[in-house]
Amino acid sequence: MESKKPELKKITDYIWEIDPSYKDGMKVPGRIYSSKKLLGQMDTHVYDQLTNVATLPGIIDYAFCMPDGHSGYGFPIGGVAAFDSNDGVISPGGIGFDINCGMRLVRTNLTIHDVKPKIRELVNTLFANIPAGVGGKSKTRFSKDEFKKIIELGSRWCVEKGYGWEEDIERTEMNGSVEYADSAAVSEKAISRGFNQVGTLGSGNHYLEIQHVKEENLVDKELAKKWGLFPDQIVVMFHCGSRGFGHQVATDYLELFLQVMESKYKMKVLDRELACAPFQSKEGQDYFKAMNCAVNMGFANRQLILHGIRQGFAQIFGKSAEELEMHQIYDICHNRASLEKHEVHGKTKELIVHRKGATGAFGPGRIEVPPLYRNDGQPILIGGSMETGSWLLAGTEEAKQTWYTTAHGSGRVMSRAQATRTYRGDQLQRDMEKKGIYIKAVSVKGLAEEAGGAYKEIDEVIESVHNAGISKKVAKLVPIGNVKG
Amino acid sequence: MPYKFIDGVVVADITFEASGDTLEELFESSANAVTNAMIDKLERIEAKEERKITLEAETEEKLLHKFLDEILFYKDADNIVFSKYKIKIKEKKAAHGCDERSNFILECIAKGEEIDNAKHTVLTDVKAVSWHMFKFEKGKQWKVQVVLDV
Repeated sequence: MESKKPELKKITDYIWEIDPSYKDGMKVPGRIYSSKKLLGQMDTHVYDQLTNVATLPGIIDYAFCMPDGHSGYGFPIGGVAAFDSNDGVISPGGIGFDINCGMRLVRTNLTIHDVKPKIRELVNTLFANIPAGVGGKSKTRFSKDEFKKIIELGSRWCVEKGYGWEEDIERTEMNGSVEYADSAAVSEKAISRGFNQVGTLGSGNHYLEIQHVKEENLVDKELAKKWGLFPDQIVVMFHCGSRGFGHQVATDYLELFLQVMESKYKMKVLDRELACAPFQSKEGQDYFKAMNCAVNMGFANRQLILHGIRQGFAQIFGKSAEELEMHQIYDICHNRASLEKHEVHGKTKELIVHRKGATGAFGPGRIEVPPLYRNDGQPILIGGSMETGSWLLAGTEEAKQTWYTTAHGSGRVMSRAQATRTYRGDQLQRDMEKKGIYIKAVSVKGLAEEAGGAYKEIDEVIESVHNAGISKKVAKLVPIGNVKG
Repeated sequence: MPYKFIDGVVVADITFEASGDTLEELFESSANAVTNAMIDKLERIEAKEERKITLEAETEEKLLHKFLDEILFYKDADNIVFSKYKIKIKEKKAAHGCDERSNFILECIAKGEEIDNAKHTVLTDVKAVSWHMFKFEKGKQWKVQVVLDV
């Protein structure tokens, strides 16, 4: 269904607004944070979905879309909306099926000169250590009872069991363990679907990258140094979520919300994927508890993967992870809803902020930023395509205009089928190796879908959020090795 | 069993259309489409293990949606993908207050095997069956359009 393109009112060079008169039922305007160039690349469904979000009961101020936005289900990917926790709603469509899909960044004391000669061996070892691909069973098996503890305690449980360092906790968003997670709100089916997947990468756009910190890519040199980066350093970044467990939690509650939304709560929405329930209702609260279990699973999943990465590096370089100074820089989520206090028209209110393919970007001094980084603003990890590189940013005070939210990645411009017609996985793999990026993938065929050309230019996305003021550049990180599902 | 992947519906995901002369055929072709989004060459999936699937829903479209969710459930829970199905769907009428309401019941035996990266050409993981642009229609044939979240 092709909808008519709305008139986009220019607020600044990087903010564009859709007036509520565009669609019946819009309670607030839509606001897109984007350069003019990226705006031109957005598919028209984004406008339709963003303005649908603007009709949700209790939405406050704006329905936002980030520069990497593209159409999704319910909310667009890159969609952000806040609701009053007393009388607003919660919607699984504002979070996504892959709850706590997120990024983790780990540094080392190795340089490009140490790693380049061993890159094939390193990537092959990490590929062997960290299960990836469709399905994909964990190397470490947990019982269902242990899994229930994992989803209630997240990274904390993993570290207590020896799968990580104590300091990893304080370098993870929300300490890797969110409140309000209650396994009683989770179906047996979700547990059965996910309990054997802790520590697995998954597939699609999920990946693990060995990256090079080039001197010319250190933008904020002082902050980069403070956060442990130096020229020619090797770091590791990876992207994955809560796997089948989170997918099932979302599926279960979408079905439940579709049953009760109209019959019990007399609410109508414009798209089934926008199904919602009052946040304070039983169903809303149960979903919040189950979703937070999936948030914890996402953190735990990345914690176990970090454990595998440290083991892999130690194996290849003959030194312990401690000797290699493999400190985590940060772990951050880009698919979840969270309870946060924000200033709304001069008053502090508790809001349930939905971020779907959008990253928290808290500024200096905010309670959400761990003490280690509180003076600097939250570290933000933005993953690019496997060819182009990724970014480390910092949160800003100005980001309060978007409920402290920024972009999450590149955002697709080319469909998967189109990418498969345009690129061949095996050829792409060879071309990238010539460019100095060694890739090991479970599905070479699937690799074509992730070609750099299938995505928006990451630098343009970063330029947009930096110039809009909702986060600031610290450093760009470019890949030299990649493990793909 | 006819199904085809179509382009241009949702930029980041996979869309398929499936059809069947009977509801059972539609269910089988849709399940094959979901599996084929994840695994190339379904003929390489041998019928080594089976799972019994029993489901109930108020409408045929909800039943199909639930059935496709089951395919994803077994892919993650047991690492199993299927290639052969024996499906029976029955309509059951039951009194509901003053009204009579229909329910649809599916009984299925699905046969397949564990995913083996050496034997099967894996493509991409499907996370969920969405309701986004889900179109279900009964004309001369049963037809459906489904968007898969990948």
